[in-house]
Amino acid sequence: MSIPSASSQNPALDNEGAVKRFFRATEIDTRMLGMIAALVLIWCIFDVWSGLHLHNNLVGEWFQGVISGSDGLLGGTFLTPRNIWTLLVQTSSIAVMASGMVLLIVMRQLDLSVGSMLSLVAVASGVLQVYQLGPSLGVGHPAIWLLAIALCLVLGTGIGAVNGTLTAYAKIPAFIVTLGGLIAYKGIAFYLASGETVAPMDQRFEVFGGGVQQSWLGPFWSWMLGLLVCAGIIFAIVNGRRQRRRFNFPLRPVWAEVFLGLMGSAIVLGLTNVMNSYPWPYNLIANYAKDHNVTIPPGVENRDGNAICMAGDQIVHCTNGLIYYTGYSLPVLVALGVGIVMSFIAARTSFGRYIYATGGNPEAAELSGINTKWLTVKVFALMGLLVGISSVISSARLNAATNALGASNELYVIAATVIGGTSLAGGVGTIYGAMLGALVMQSIISGMSLLNLPAAYQDIVVGGVLVLAVWLDQIYSRRVK
Amino acid sequence: MAKSVKKSPVKKPVARKAAKPAVIETHESPAVVKGAEPHAPTKANGTPLVEMKDISIAFGGIKAVDHASIDLYPGEVVGLLGHNGAGKSTLIKILSGAYKRDHGQIFVNGQEVTIANPRDAKAQGIETIYQTLALADNVDAAANLYLGRELKTPLGTLDDVAMEAETRKVMHRLNPNFRRFKEPVSKLSGGQRQSVAIARAIHFNARILIMDEPTAALGPQETAQVGELIKQLKAEGLGIFLISHDLHDVFDLSDRLVVMKNGKVVGTARTSDVTHDDVLGMIIAGKCPKGAIPGPGAMKQVA
Ligand SMILES: Nc1ncnc2c1ncn2[C@@H]1O[C@H](COP(=O)(O)OP(=O)(O)OP(=O)(O)O)[C@@H](O)[C@H]1O
Ligand SMILES: [Mg+2]
Repeated sequence: MSIPSASSQNPALDNEGAVKRFFRATEIDTRMLGMIAALVLIWCIFDVWSGLHLHNNLVGEWFQGVISGSDGLLGGTFLTPRNIWTLLVQTSSIAVMASGMVLLIVMRQLDLSVGSMLSLVAVASGVLQVYQLGPSLGVGHPAIWLLAIALCLVLGTGIGAVNGTLTAYAKIPAFIVTLGGLIAYKGIAFYLASGETVAPMDQRFEVFGGGVQQSWLGPFWSWMLGLLVCAGIIFAIVNGRRQRRRFNFPLRPVWAEVFLGLMGSAIVLGLTNVMNSYPWPYNLIANYAKDHNVTIPPGVENRDGNAICMAGDQIVHCTNGLIYYTGYSLPVLVALGVGIVMSFIAARTSFGRYIYATGGNPEAAELSGINTKWLTVKVFALMGLLVGISSVISSARLNAATNALGASNELYVIAATVIGGTSLAGGVGTIYGAMLGALVMQSIISGMSLLNLPAAYQDIVVGGVLVLAVWLDQIYSRRVK
Repeated sequence: MAKSVKKSPVKKPVARKAAKPAVIETHESPAVVKGAEPHAPTKANGTPLVEMKDISIAFGGIKAVDHASIDLYPGEVVGLLGHNGAGKSTLIKILSGAYKRDHGQIFVNGQEVTIANPRDAKAQGIETIYQTLALADNVDAAANLYLGRELKTPLGTLDDVAMEAETRKVMHRLNPNFRRFKEPVSKLSGGQRQSVAIARAIHFNARILIMDEPTAALGPQETAQVGELIKQLKAEGLGIFLISHDLHDVFDLSDRLVVMKNGKVVGTARTSDVTHDDVLGMIIAGKCPKGAIPGPGAMKQVA
């Protein structure tokens, strides 16, 4: 009887509400949940809005569209596989860079030069492909894309390391170092190609932009990948549980584990399904059919659907024809891969731990024996590497490199990071948050251009959202504390 | 009764090799310490564990430490006393590698050593509890305890569960009521934070322990526990520099006292050779009493 009952040991747990208990048990980051909610809200608004646009603001007709399911999820043009697919491709470059910016800002540093660096790296690799390797090895030589990508990665890492060295060892504030970089790297990019647009990129290089069919995974492999990721999620949950049991630590309730596993898998499979619902553009299907001797089934002209068939000698859309789906595209896969690797680095390696600890208390980190200067150089170099990856994506997507390619990217990257919950005071921030932040921002930009709103409005809204996000975040953290 | 103690969740058996038994076994605390009285060492019996010779450092124009020399023998606790701003923390931060001295030498076991940064100091077995605690506020107790020397899985990734398990063991010894292992240390109380800092310093088989006001934020029970800990570590042969403003504690725990004033050493004395009033005189007026060996900071006697 002197043994206390399990519940009275933790009186706080008895009288908390079901919602609170749910979040405690599942350990879901409520801040992330808020962001996802905001994202969903933005998507819904744009879909409804574009739906009304589509039907000349006639609510009745729009409603017809929703019911018949002929348009986007809510009757518009935003929540369609095509738009989501494009949205993700557009987000990938900024998202990749944001994952590195998180670590820098967590460490109380900042890199304002990423946009100019991206231009510089892209132009350098463009010059290498088009003016150097093309003529010397022959256009389309299989070594070209490898060398071009290697150059992007090495150059990016190198420039990042220079930024880091000046910051850590010469003790110039990162703001100044990278502001100088912002200006100077743009100048070098201009100088390298005399301000001209370098194009076209090597054909294999172009695959990284997601604009050609070689960069699409296709439905089968997309499903395989989706299932693999689901298996990974389940493995992580089971493994975590086993680890905690090894030390007799309190375990999450089983229902919470199951919920997390199902939720994660559902998101992955749902996304895969959306990716697999976006068909190739019909002219590509026609070309592919011609090249591979696939007969295009005859069909009736039909406004709905995206398949291809012949009406006379004319290619038209129809439903009963040949259809291929894209699945995941390479830039999105690269961004997702970067996100996973960076999250792993942040959470599971001592390198990541040192970054967070240094951001929390630089002096304590130094006194713990961490070489914070070298760490700073490494994090800036990592940022540079990611800029290198983004420069491949951006220039491949445009199939050209210009000294304006990365213009304003630094602002978008920092905005994405901050919208994603990274504190400029240092010590706090997540990779997935920053990547979601990039998606929120890109959603606003492409949603507004879908509505044909002037580009100036996009900047105004994005700026406003940035400030609003930080404000909401501060209210949130004040309430949580 | 005994049963309910066993129920404590932190006392679960741990399937890892018992790490650092020297630190973990506290239960049969040796009352033997008292018998070891003659250990108050004289220069004659062996080389000092640490000797800092003629150390100086200036910040801008301020001579924070001015030609100070101190030493420490194995199994000895040396209390470092002085008014606020006397230079105590600065002196020991030179030993722990946090500051680079302008002048002077450091010997460990009679060998001159280079201590240019905290890593060098740790390599010499010097562990420090800083006055400011030096905790990374945004990560949890285990992350702080192992900061800079994390436990890894065979794959080279962080072994967070193992670190948490070890942390639970060490913290249980210092602060049995501590439960908040998952929270960033910024959410802990001042005393809990101090316990984390102490745990970090004693967990890695230090030979030389520097404690800069280790009990400033602790409650009476925890302070007593740290006192026990000091006695036990001392019995294990560690050398300890103890900085404190609490004369009672210092007299209770130290074998020798060093008093600093304005960056200079006023004098060094065996604890048994001086009274509280003597020491207060040293701290406040820089007056070196009979039983003490005067240093460069001692007030010139007007005979
Ligand atoms: N990083 C620094 N920069 C400039 N001056 C410093 C620095 N650290 C210490 N000082 C100065 O050196 C002197 C000694 O400071 P120190 O911290 O060593 O004193 P202390 O004896 O530990 O005092 P307390 O009992 O208050 O902890 C003070 O005058 C202080 O202002
Ligand atoms: Mg001090």
